[in-house]
Amino acid sequence: MKRRDFLKGSLQSGAAVLTGGALAPITAEARPNFQPKEDAIGMLFDSTLCVGCKACVAKCKEVNDMPPVTESEIRAWDEARDLSGDTLNVIKTYKNGDASTKDAETNGFAFEKRSCMHCVDPGCVSVCPVTALTQHEKTGIVSYNPDACIGCRNCMAGCPYNVPQFQYDKPFGQINKCQMCNQKGVERIDNGLLTGCSEVCPTGATLFGTRSALLAEAKRRMELKPGDTYTYPRGDVRNPGSYHDKRVPTYKQHIWGEIEAGGTNVMHISSISFDKLGLPPLGERSACSVAEGVQHSLYSYLALPAVLMAGLSYVVKRNTDEEGEGS
Amino acid sequence: MAEKEFDTDGFDFSEVEKRLGVSRRTFLTFCMGVAGSLGLSTKSAFAMAKAIAEPKMRPPVIWLHGQECTGPTESLLRSEQPSLAHLILDMISLDYHQTLDAGAGHKVEEIKKKSMEANKGKYLLVVEGAIPVNDGGIYCKIAGETMLDLTREAAEHAAAIVAFGSCASWGGVQSASPNPTGAKGAQAVLTGKTVVNIPGCPPNPANFLGTVLYFVTFGKLPPLDAQNRPKWAYGRLIHENCYRRPHFDAGRFASEFGDEGHKLGHCLYKLGCKGPETYNNCPSLEFNNVGGGVWPIGVGHPCFGCSEEGIGFNKPMFALADVKTHTPPNNFPNIDDRQSSSGVSPGAAALGGAAVGAVVGATLVAAKKLSASDDSSNSDDQNS
Repeated sequence: MKRRDFLKGSLQSGAAVLTGGALAPITAEARPNFQPKEDAIGMLFDSTLCVGCKACVAKCKEVNDMPPVTESEIRAWDEARDLSGDTLNVIKTYKNGDASTKDAETNGFAFEKRSCMHCVDPGCVSVCPVTALTQHEKTGIVSYNPDACIGCRNCMAGCPYNVPQFQYDKPFGQINKCQMCNQKGVERIDNGLLTGCSEVCPTGATLFGTRSALLAEAKRRMELKPGDTYTYPRGDVRNPGSYHDKRVPTYKQHIWGEIEAGGTNVMHISSISFDKLGLPPLGERSACSVAEGVQHSLYSYLALPAVLMAGLSYVVKRNTDEEGEGS
Repeated sequence: MAEKEFDTDGFDFSEVEKRLGVSRRTFLTFCMGVAGSLGLSTKSAFAMAKAIAEPKMRPPVIWLHGQECTGPTESLLRSEQPSLAHLILDMISLDYHQTLDAGAGHKVEEIKKKSMEANKGKYLLVVEGAIPVNDGGIYCKIAGETMLDLTREAAEHAAAIVAFGSCASWGGVQSASPNPTGAKGAQAVLTGKTVVNIPGCPPNPANFLGTVLYFVTFGKLPPLDAQNRPKWAYGRLIHENCYRRPHFDAGRFASEFGDEGHKLGHCLYKLGCKGPETYNNCPSLEFNNVGGGVWPIGVGHPCFGCSEEGIGFNKPMFALADVKTHTPPNNFPNIDDRQSSSGVSPGAAALGGAAVGAVVGATLVAAKKLSASDDSSNSDDQNS
């Protein structure tokens, strides 16, 4: 087959499809960002409260029944360095200079949590070709259906935070990501419980609640005067299990996840700028809201494969005819 | 151990045996224990033993009491060795001590003045209790004089000054807000003097004895930290040596008194333990030398931070501590760390191998068939 023939065939049949209007109108217009759901469930991570005890990491493994990740032969404890097929939540460290002062950018250190941000406009859901990743209608929780997944790992590329991870070491690997402890078989949220990590956090660094209540709490903390004492809640922000008093640090006036790429249901606040804590530079628009117009139109109702198929059929038919004539 | 290390140069301990009413063995064991807790060698232990046994080396001690509960003295009286009361009285010449003096009134005050005059520049001053400074220091008076004046007077010609207990070190309970009497530690009122602080409420008697014996033996003070606390005793956070620390690192906490985690001996951080911000050697020494974890955290109560300025009596008892680890643990991942692939499991390898085998086989078969059909004219050459 000649390249020229193939392209010609494709274009001709494509044009036929378009003019025939057999498919939905293909418009490459970008849609706006999704808006946060009214009762969206989320978490607030306050880096200044985190003491690095990793209670959240241990509880996460327990709730989600995942093995510890060890790098050396000594299997003393979980040594996960990043999210992986066996780790949905990890505490990482920012270090600068002699790392002597907590929550200082120079010569300081800070702890930062890595787990799914549960985007308001999730990229992974947008790019998944088989709807294995879905966002819950009411809670906004982004969950994963292993039975639908074909293992294409598009979600890993579609996530701005590098969250979904594939189990490369398993014969039938799955994608793994935090599903807010509400996946099939765990269903903590449905049963009125908190996420494992926010339940065990001793300082309330990981706080559970609705996105709106957490955002209000985060904004309240932004207003606090550094050095004052604030009563920090633990557990669920709407009905805290307990409180503790602590001196207010100097917060950066930035709530990560309020607007970033359409916002996230898991938000972060800190005393250190977020680029130092490894969060990517994101604008207000979500990438998928821009890309979806083109990408989804091309694939809607299998249009593009249909176009290709038509082109191929045409070329094959023509070639067969020519051969028939020639022989 | 080498014979030489036990060599006491034929020193005669019979005198000390008689004087203290303890056997030579008990006496040397005690010295060895003190030297051990200071991190000193056996040689130093014998130097200590000799220093104590040699009466001429016993320094006179003036012991002042300010605003306090006599806790440090009580603690010292109950310290581990059976003959310690003997030892402390014979190791030093305790010329003035308001609690332990047999005499009273003008007589003891006279003795104190005489001793201070006779031993100018040679006596050891121990301050126990805070010193109120408001309104000229009138809130604590002994024998008609303010504690402030008494301390300054005694400190003037002291060879060394030891502040024993949190009150003397940084003010203690009476210095907590609103502090109406203006209570201060000895260091704060004795500007320009080096005051060795042995804080604690009560302080561990071993920390006092060790420091004093070091002074008696070597004629100088042990290495001190920025707050003038002996490094050997206050060099590390309680959190660093705490035997509940593994529970902290694994995120296992007691959430309330008597809950499952509390019963299992989990970390008390969540209950307000101040171990992560308090420098002391309680986890390794414990109290009363009876074993069995006799110290607050050992018996299931969070550390109160009694020895740490600004923590004990200042921070609410159940408020969470600031975790003052010097740097984050090395095994924590850095922000940009990525998980290295943990390798391929045998199952995956087998499956992968099978898949590759199938593909290779299918390709071979297909190639054979293709070449058979394409080159039908000379198939014999190709396929034979």
